[in-house]
Amino acid sequence: MTARDEGAGLGERPTSELYENVTCPFCGLLCDDLEISRAGSTLKVLKNGCGRAHGGFERTLPEAHPMVKGKAVELPQAIETAAALIKKAQLPLFGGIATDVDGVRAALSIADRSCGVIDHALSEGQFRNLKVLQSTGWIMSTLTEARNRADLFIIVGTDAHKLHGRFFERIVCTPESMFEDMSSKRTVVFIGEGLDTSAAKGPRIDEVITLPCKLDKVGDVLAALRARLRGTDLKALEPANDATGQVSGSKRPGFFSNLLPKQRAAKTPPSLRTQTIDGVSLADIDALAERCKNARYGVMVWAPPGLNFPNADLTVQIISDVVKDLNVTTRFAGLSLGGNDGVVSGAAVGAWQTGYPLRVSYANGKPEYDSYRYSIGRMLAEKEGDLLLWIATFSPDIVPPETNLPTIVLGTPGLKLKKTPDVFIPVGTPGVDHAGILVRCDNVVSLPLKNLNRAPLPRAADVLAALEAAL
Amino acid sequence: MLIKLSGGKVYDPANSVNGEVRDVYVDGGKIVSPDSGARVDKEYDLKGRVVMAGAIDPHTHIGGGKVTIARTLMPDDHQIDEVAHTELTRAGTGHALPSTMITGYRYAEMGYTAGFEPAVLPANARQAHMELGDTPMIDKGGFVMLGSDDFILRLISEKKDFELIKDYIAWTMHAAQAIAVKIVNPGGISAFKFNQRKLDLDERHPYYDLTPRDIVVTLARALTELGVTHPVHVHGCNLGIPGNVETTLATIRAADGLPLHLTHIQFHSYGIEGDRHFSSGAARIAELLNKNPNVSIDVGQVLFGQTCTASGDSMRLYAGAKNADPKRWVVMDIECDAGCGIVPFRYRDKSFVHALQWAIGLETFLLCEDPWRIFLTTDHPNGAPFFCYPHLIRLLMDRGFRQDMMQKVNPDALKYSSLPTLGREYSLYEIAILTRAGPARSLGLKDRGHLGPGASADITVYFDKADREAMFTKPELVFKNGELIVRDGKVIKVVQGATHVARPEYDKAIEKPLKDYFDRYHTMRMENFKLSDDEIIEGGRGEIVVQPTKARTQ
Repeated sequence: MTARDEGAGLGERPTSELYENVTCPFCGLLCDDLEISRAGSTLKVLKNGCGRAHGGFERTLPEAHPMVKGKAVELPQAIETAAALIKKAQLPLFGGIATDVDGVRAALSIADRSCGVIDHALSEGQFRNLKVLQSTGWIMSTLTEARNRADLFIIVGTDAHKLHGRFFERIVCTPESMFEDMSSKRTVVFIGEGLDTSAAKGPRIDEVITLPCKLDKVGDVLAALRARLRGTDLKALEPANDATGQVSGSKRPGFFSNLLPKQRAAKTPPSLRTQTIDGVSLADIDALAERCKNARYGVMVWAPPGLNFPNADLTVQIISDVVKDLNVTTRFAGLSLGGNDGVVSGAAVGAWQTGYPLRVSYANGKPEYDSYRYSIGRMLAEKEGDLLLWIATFSPDIVPPETNLPTIVLGTPGLKLKKTPDVFIPVGTPGVDHAGILVRCDNVVSLPLKNLNRAPLPRAADVLAALEAAL
Repeated sequence: MLIKLSGGKVYDPANSVNGEVRDVYVDGGKIVSPDSGARVDKEYDLKGRVVMAGAIDPHTHIGGGKVTIARTLMPDDHQIDEVAHTELTRAGTGHALPSTMITGYRYAEMGYTAGFEPAVLPANARQAHMELGDTPMIDKGGFVMLGSDDFILRLISEKKDFELIKDYIAWTMHAAQAIAVKIVNPGGISAFKFNQRKLDLDERHPYYDLTPRDIVVTLARALTELGVTHPVHVHGCNLGIPGNVETTLATIRAADGLPLHLTHIQFHSYGIEGDRHFSSGAARIAELLNKNPNVSIDVGQVLFGQTCTASGDSMRLYAGAKNADPKRWVVMDIECDAGCGIVPFRYRDKSFVHALQWAIGLETFLLCEDPWRIFLTTDHPNGAPFFCYPHLIRLLMDRGFRQDMMQKVNPDALKYSSLPTLGREYSLYEIAILTRAGPARSLGLKDRGHLGPGASADITVYFDKADREAMFTKPELVFKNGELIVRDGKVIKVVQGATHVARPEYDKAIEKPLKDYFDRYHTMRMENFKLSDDEIIEGGRGEIVVQPTKARTQ
């Protein structure tokens, strides 16, 4: 461990400081225009903070010590105890992995060396995306590209404003964009009910449209959109003389025979205008189809954690399929948000160091990948593995699943642990207590995180390296 | 410690040494010429061995976002080649898209001591360098991609002061920590974002008032005037389109004497003759190339088997996505900066098209007269994974082997290529130029790629086997900075190579318009866009070597 990481030099830490161009590590957008002041160990977000940024930077850290079985010890003793537990384990599970690039690197290294399994706390959401990427691929955009180019944003089943407080401000409702002369106005379409549309406003926004349906039905609405884009006549889906006009899944006469293109959407017979797909009228879907076709550059936005229902990968799949279809004639792209707590960095570093985006087992010495089998949540529930090492350096809410296994936690002070782990080692938050790097939600840009000198806590990467050295 | 490598046959073209039996001395990580009485601490008897500088791959996609997206896309390709850790080495996966550590080990085990990532998007430079930082054993560096980024398109189309354009290019090289500049489908990646599906050399960009020709000529001139050693590295227009040989010939002429490097030229050498309107244009390219000493090339040889194509050329990769095998692919528009496309591909020897691509690459090698202006690449992993290089070397050195291979490929394809008529066999001296001396000179690596006194002691020792594929697959010894890192084709010591960069001069005033541009349009601050030295080398990830540039001129 270097002197810097031990927090040495802190003696020279000025009592107060002002930091500019600060990257916020508390959500996947990684806004890097924050201004933050520090007085002693207290940070204050002065500019460009959202609620999550204020909560993250300004959280008061409780006093924290390395602990063994709930008793405060010196760091070397905690490391020695933890290393002994890892040495003894046949199949250690390295979970959480809510850390920066260097933390992921160190976690992969010790998992490799100790023949363990490695998975991120937020993998479940991320695999909604990865399953699609690994089966059909996709067409994607990035934050700056969407910010400047999109004339149509379709927000799919995701409360983007709630999850990412500055998404609309920074990407959708921007005061300026690069191609003003081509498309200065933007239409924002929300698919799904109960989504906060309040941030889609201002001079840049032309129309805001909501197609309300249950969030777990957005995929059905998109499937209907895709069918209409392909010119499929959905009339036969409507049972004859169905007074409600609601498509009933159990009665689909001639469904397959009607998948062939017959009629263009524009020729929709009047009867279809009253038909609905999960509460969204076919007429609205047809209108959206027209908007999509006429968009210069449309962007379909979702956040994997927002699509929190079973088989949500199929919703990401239909998003990807619609986007691909639209690119035959115009330009369209997906934009995945989410990416909190280093989950994108975990997948990226995992992929470049092992070929696989975590959910990797080194039990046989080599990296083996199975997105079902090596889910640490599933493994713990089914009593697999014999040790849990959990890393959570950002949010105090990223806590380990319930388990009776011996547990080592490398966590931010104040981590809301439900029970006392065998070993607890408080570690710094990257971008607050030490410098680091994170990969942004769009999986292209990575940003430097500053050391704001909040607390003299070691980096998770250095604790992991010390643990590995002690094996 | 003075090390003596005695009695090997030395091929060191940079110093005009052609197979002479001589001793090579190493001290303090460098090649030295010691006093006659100096005490030798360690001697290797290399009688019957072939000694060369460590090989240098000047164009290999081994780090950066698109490579890692490709890795994520292809778990099934990794599953056939999962590599366990050893006492020395980390676990990982290999084959077409090896993980970073395996990339480093396998390059070294093949006698390579440097590899250059040719497509570093400025917006993704930080990640590219993190991946290169996790690639042990070899030296590395990146070529930063420009030419579809909106800032330069604005500068060129608004006919801004040429010095400002040069400042921006130099600033970007510093910010992205690059050694060279690459253009990919000049203007085309940007045009694709405006729904343009093709952009030929003299076609107008759909938004900016310029053509790809303007972009190529501007960057070629700017890099020359900035004194950057490696000329602008051009992946031209119309990748993979039959008839694109005309575009490539026109691009060579457009340079009009300015230094130019045309990369993976095989993919840009297609004619339209024959029933299938697909034929070799290699002979015409070679003829013009032989007359234009300002132009260098690398080949991007196709070899048969499963791989995955990955390029910044979102426009052309999207067009090729229908041929994806397996059927999954990724296209991205990136940050008003660039783009990428990733399309898995299986080259089949019985396919007319693939066999002809194979033949065109070999023809290009055999028809180009000056080995100093052609580099051995497969455009890893686009034409084939890099582990195929020894096979390619044998195809170039062994006419009989080449003829045997021709018997296996689609026979119709060979009718549209002059390959069957070419009898040339490359010598070891020429191979040493293609794989060491040439790339080092072209990239401006002053102390790499040769064995003269003062050079870094990156040395590869081969058994002199008649089967050149076997010989180049498994060197007996590989030294990196004088340390023995590979013995009998296996890593015996893990080291960290250097990152090579070039830093041409620029006027800091460029940061004023740039800061304004970032603040108005980007989602990243200019200050955070720039990659610091510490970010690259921290954590014991080697050193940065700043290669010399010539004085800036006007």
